[in-house]
Amino acid sequence: MTAVAQTLPAARRSKRMTPARWGLYAFIFITALYFLLPLYVMVVTSLKPMAEIRQGNLLALPIAPSIDAWVKAWTSACTGLTCQGIKVGFLNSLRILVPSVAISILVGSLTGYALSLWRVRGANILFGAMMVVAFIPYQVFIYPLVRVFSFTGLGQSLFTIVIIHTIFGLPTMTLLFRNYFASLPVELFKAARVDGAGFYQIYARIMMPMATPMIVVAVILQTTGIWNDFILGLVFAGRDNLPMTVQLNNIVNSTQGERAYNVDMAATLLTALLPLAVYFGSGRWFVRGIAAGAVKG
Amino acid sequence: MQKSNVDIRSLQIGFGGLKVLENLDLHVGASEFLVLLGPSGCGKSTLLNAIAGLIEVKGGEIHIGGRDVTWAEPKDRGIAMVFQSYALYPRMSVRRNMSFGLKVARTPQSEIERRVAEAAQMLRLTNLLERRPSELSGGQRQRVAIGRALVRHAGVYLFDEPLSNLDAQLRAELRVEIKRLHARLGATMIYVTHDQIEALTLADRIAVMQGGVIQQLDTPKKIYREPVNRFVASFVGSPAMNFIPGKLARGSEVAFIAGVNQLSLTGYAFRSQPTEAPAVLGIRPEHIELTASNDPSSVSARVEMVEPMGADTLIWCRLADGTAFSLRHDADTQVRVGDTLTVRFPADAMSLFDETSGQRL
Repeated sequence: MTAVAQTLPAARRSKRMTPARWGLYAFIFITALYFLLPLYVMVVTSLKPMAEIRQGNLLALPIAPSIDAWVKAWTSACTGLTCQGIKVGFLNSLRILVPSVAISILVGSLTGYALSLWRVRGANILFGAMMVVAFIPYQVFIYPLVRVFSFTGLGQSLFTIVIIHTIFGLPTMTLLFRNYFASLPVELFKAARVDGAGFYQIYARIMMPMATPMIVVAVILQTTGIWNDFILGLVFAGRDNLPMTVQLNNIVNSTQGERAYNVDMAATLLTALLPLAVYFGSGRWFVRGIAAGAVKG
Repeated sequence: MQKSNVDIRSLQIGFGGLKVLENLDLHVGASEFLVLLGPSGCGKSTLLNAIAGLIEVKGGEIHIGGRDVTWAEPKDRGIAMVFQSYALYPRMSVRRNMSFGLKVARTPQSEIERRVAEAAQMLRLTNLLERRPSELSGGQRQRVAIGRALVRHAGVYLFDEPLSNLDAQLRAELRVEIKRLHARLGATMIYVTHDQIEALTLADRIAVMQGGVIQQLDTPKKIYREPVNRFVASFVGSPAMNFIPGKLARGSEVAFIAGVNQLSLTGYAFRSQPTEAPAVLGIRPEHIELTASNDPSSVSARVEMVEPMGADTLIWCRLADGTAFSLRHDADTQVRVGDTLTVRFPADAMSLFDETSGQRL
């Protein structure tokens, strides 16, 4: 990383604005606009009262901005029969998210560690199978899994959805950690074995403390993935634990009478807040983590 | 500190269909410093890893300190190991690196502290104990790795090319340090390297390996003076031994015929009755002597190149029939390119090899 940073300024770089450069900047500008425009519309609309929205000036700034729509979306919008706002969904999502992320990373890193460092018989076949399965659309699994869970009596519950997220996160998490551990010098592992550390001791005391960048990447991937999940939450979480995405859908699609665009927009933005915060807060770590796998640290 | 012997009996190791070691026998005495020397891929590291228990063996037995440890876990073998890449735990301080193994083994805290302090003092690491490995130089890191091995008070210390990652000067320094450590502790040490200087300077005995087979197992002096085959002769020694093709002739005395030149072999210790057959003469550059031109056993050679090497000078010569060889001379030699030298090949410093088998005659 530092080597690259040092060599780049040394190379002669033209500051002149050539037509090609103009074109490049124009392209970047338009692309940025293209992606920012919907966000702008959403933010603006969420701050307008309904009367203003009815006038149809989609791009206009609010004349009398208010956060009423936000408050309503959070506390009293109707998600089906109950009208307690999207905060119920937020709390549900949080309750699903925290154990799911923790357990899927724990299980995935342990599997990746076992597959990369311990010469498990058939490790490559196992890993290959896991990767193949990861490419099968998971809608295929839903019906069989529903049957399995209803047969075992687990049915729909918080516990079920956590297991589901752990299972579906396993291939990615295993791949991530397997590749990272495989990139470490194998002598480190040998040294720990000579020192007498066992399977779990090497995992917990040597390997995981070194895997911090990978853990950050895993947390980001899993957090955004699980937070954005809709169908698994809908099918497996149960009526009392429906995640925020499902609640959002209920708010947006179950309106009677006039559609409250401002509330819909506010609820959507609220739902998108957490992944957004994760990306803004950890972008630096994310890049570092992805790069850390490539070169020996 | 106990000092274990190591006994390896008809060891077999293979990966898939590939046989790396086959029926290898090796005995290392207690307190001995044995060096496994060979080019990369010769099986020396594999052998060391097998002794450590880090590679599964296909057959044979490994005994350490009289105990059969063929199937024992690395930690139960009474060994400690130092690796080429140091293999320090990056998230632990030097102190925790050194004490990790003892902590795992539930050694009492006071004992851990005593042993770490002792090893740190021996390796001049006392001031570095609270540092992380990333804050150390290469030489310091390898000293920490050696310290981590020492605190285990093992019966056998295994070194897997410990100096190969260091630059030349540090390598020489640490080499001396390891030798001093061996003299002080009297511990059994098995040391893998591809560097013949390390092997010659450190070893009590050297096992020269090629293709998974120990070619010669002997003292450094014997290995250097009397290599058993051409591989050992060419692998050990720098600058390399000269090889001159020719044949043996039995007249009034046994002689070596190289082109038009006849070299007397009186004084050469043949292993068996010499027969008249093609052979290769090996002689080290420092054993070729400059002599007076009226010496009947001398041959004359033209100087083609002079390489000053600091302590001495390497002179590249060519005989009248085109055979090239090098000889070692003083640093302040007056020899110039184009000169003609008269040289003598002393029979007692020669090595003769069978042309086809490469075995010493």
